Amino acid sequence: MSSFSVTEPSKRSKWVAGTLVITYALITMIPLVWILLTGFKSPADAISYPPKVVFDPTLEGYVNLFTTRTRQTQEFLDANPPQNWADDIVRQYDMVIVGPSKFGERFMNSVIIGFGSTFLSIFLGTLAAYAFSRFKVPLKDDLLFFILSTRMMPPVAVAIPIFLMFRNLGLSDTHLGMILLYTGVNISLAVWLLKGFIDEIPREYEEAALIDGYTRFQAFYKVVLPQAATGIASTAIFCLIFAWNEYAFAVLLTSATAQTAPPFIPTIIGVGGLDWPAVAAGATIFLIPVMVFTILMRKHLLRGITFGAVRK
Amino acid sequence: MAEVVLDQISKSFGSLKAVDNISMTIPDGAFVVLLGPTGAGKTTTLRLISGLEKLDSGSVRIDGRDVGFETPAQRDVAMVFQQYSLYPHMTVRENLSFPLRSPILKTPEDEITRKVDEVAEILQIPHKLDNKATELSGGEMQRVSIGRALVRDPQIFLMDEPLSSLDAKLRADLRVELKRIQADLGSTLLYVTHDQVEAMTMATHIGVLEDGKLVQYGTPRDIYENPDSVYVASRLGLPRINILPSELFGGDHKAPQIGLRPENIVEGEGIEARVIRAEHLGDQTRLHLDLHGHPIVTLIDVHQDYPAGKTIKIRPNNPLYFDASGARVT
Repeated sequence: MSSFSVTEPSKRSKWVAGTLVITYALITMIPLVWILLTGFKSPADAISYPPKVVFDPTLEGYVNLFTTRTRQTQEFLDANPPQNWADDIVRQYDMVIVGPSKFGERFMNSVIIGFGSTFLSIFLGTLAAYAFSRFKVPLKDDLLFFILSTRMMPPVAVAIPIFLMFRNLGLSDTHLGMILLYTGVNISLAVWLLKGFIDEIPREYEEAALIDGYTRFQAFYKVVLPQAATGIASTAIFCLIFAWNEYAFAVLLTSATAQTAPPFIPTIIGVGGLDWPAVAAGATIFLIPVMVFTILMRKHLLRGITFGAVRK
Repeated sequence: MAEVVLDQISKSFGSLKAVDNISMTIPDGAFVVLLGPTGAGKTTTLRLISGLEKLDSGSVRIDGRDVGFETPAQRDVAMVFQQYSLYPHMTVRENLSFPLRSPILKTPEDEITRKVDEVAEILQIPHKLDNKATELSGGEMQRVSIGRALVRDPQIFLMDEPLSSLDAKLRADLRVELKRIQADLGSTLLYVTHDQVEAMTMATHIGVLEDGKLVQYGTPRDIYENPDSVYVASRLGLPRINILPSELFGGDHKAPQIGLRPENIVEGEGIEARVIRAEHLGDQTRLHLDLHGHPIVTLIDVHQDYPAGKTIKIRPNNPLYFDASGARVT
């Protein structure tokens, strides 16, 4: 027997494909690695030219990110020895830590608004998608087109009307306002994506459940929902990524109470200009939740759970 | 278990009349088979009884109760789907338990375990109970799907070609088993198939459907021996009934067409026919004949040899007569 096979890729093509994928992955990772490294640099190293790849790592960026500091006189500094390692770091600039920064609060705002709007988009989107997929809805195609059409221009194009609306409704700079706004933007994506997934689930399952003594809603909950898990997970990731990363509306509509991390991070002021290590540290921490969420959902993304139990 | 009455039920999908004014009574404890080709309205009839489709007109009565406005759950019917429809995210045991756990039945857990084990035993799948539904072969899925109906004690079992995807041996086994279960439990069962062997062996009553209409309803013997039309006559009997112009055999003819089942053909006398080929099936031999350009299939003695081209004599014996439109003439 020769080793030639029609379906199995040859060694050479595997090698080429592997090289391409790895090269692409490395190139796309450069900015991320750069941010990660900058977070551990001193401000001087962060802006040095040529850029330093080998440097003395420091937690200065992270300390600056999480704290507010004030400059003190030498007498004060001598009289009050550093309380901990973080204090130690800021002493080199004749400063002391006087309290936490706003970052923790902003980060929590991002979590509340990001996950809140994702949950709401998925909740409403799943119900709407199920209805569009299974029931006779009058003007179904027109409604679906209308829902899609909300995506046909960049959301920021309507920033001014939304700004005015939010001000009149008292939604400016509130968590609820931002959750509603991001849900409004995401819902069209959620409905369309989820409708596609639910269309793929054969009706026979629900019919079997109806015959087995369940109501329509119970059949939806016990039979359709578990099988739509894959679609729901991937839709949730898309929704979360949008809400998490959104910058323009956040700048425009939030300030003191509901500001999210994206507009906050670039405003971190250090000694004599932007504190790049602190900004990079903020960006690094900001990336973690989406990464963790995606990894958690990965098992759903990869699992083809409905495969093969209905004869077509 | 209950009597189910269909009273002039109709259902259209667009311009297609899927079920056209069907009336029939399924007696309590009867095993009724609906027989007909694809598209005759068999499955739609089942779905109308189960409540998965809404009637356009007419009424369905289960145990004397008009169920027109009831949900499938309220009607208390069990259905076996042609496409198995096992819940893919559940194990076999969970699939079988699912109807028993419904808010309507709310069976106690020990009772569920007992019933599921019992049904698994009957269907020869106890070793598969902890498998995912997706990890089964087609035949096993089909059996689980039958099992999901059998765990219940519904007003009526509705089965849509439940044996169609099984291999021949298993189909024969389950045919006997299903009939035994039905007889033991005294269940009312409406069974859809296009397999005449299933119809003849299991049914207490057969309903023959053609283009959404119930063309004949009676006992298997009655349908076989006294078909109302060429269409019904062709649905039962293997090899199929031979429909021929009656003047072929000369003599008296009450109608333009005659129907000859193999047992209505006597060999050795009459008019000459030419052998085209003989099919030896082991237990029977089918003889394909040519009679003045008309093909005829009949059964002959297994041990005799009929080389192609040989001429034999045949004669009709107690044929069925049909008019030009195919309706029976007696």
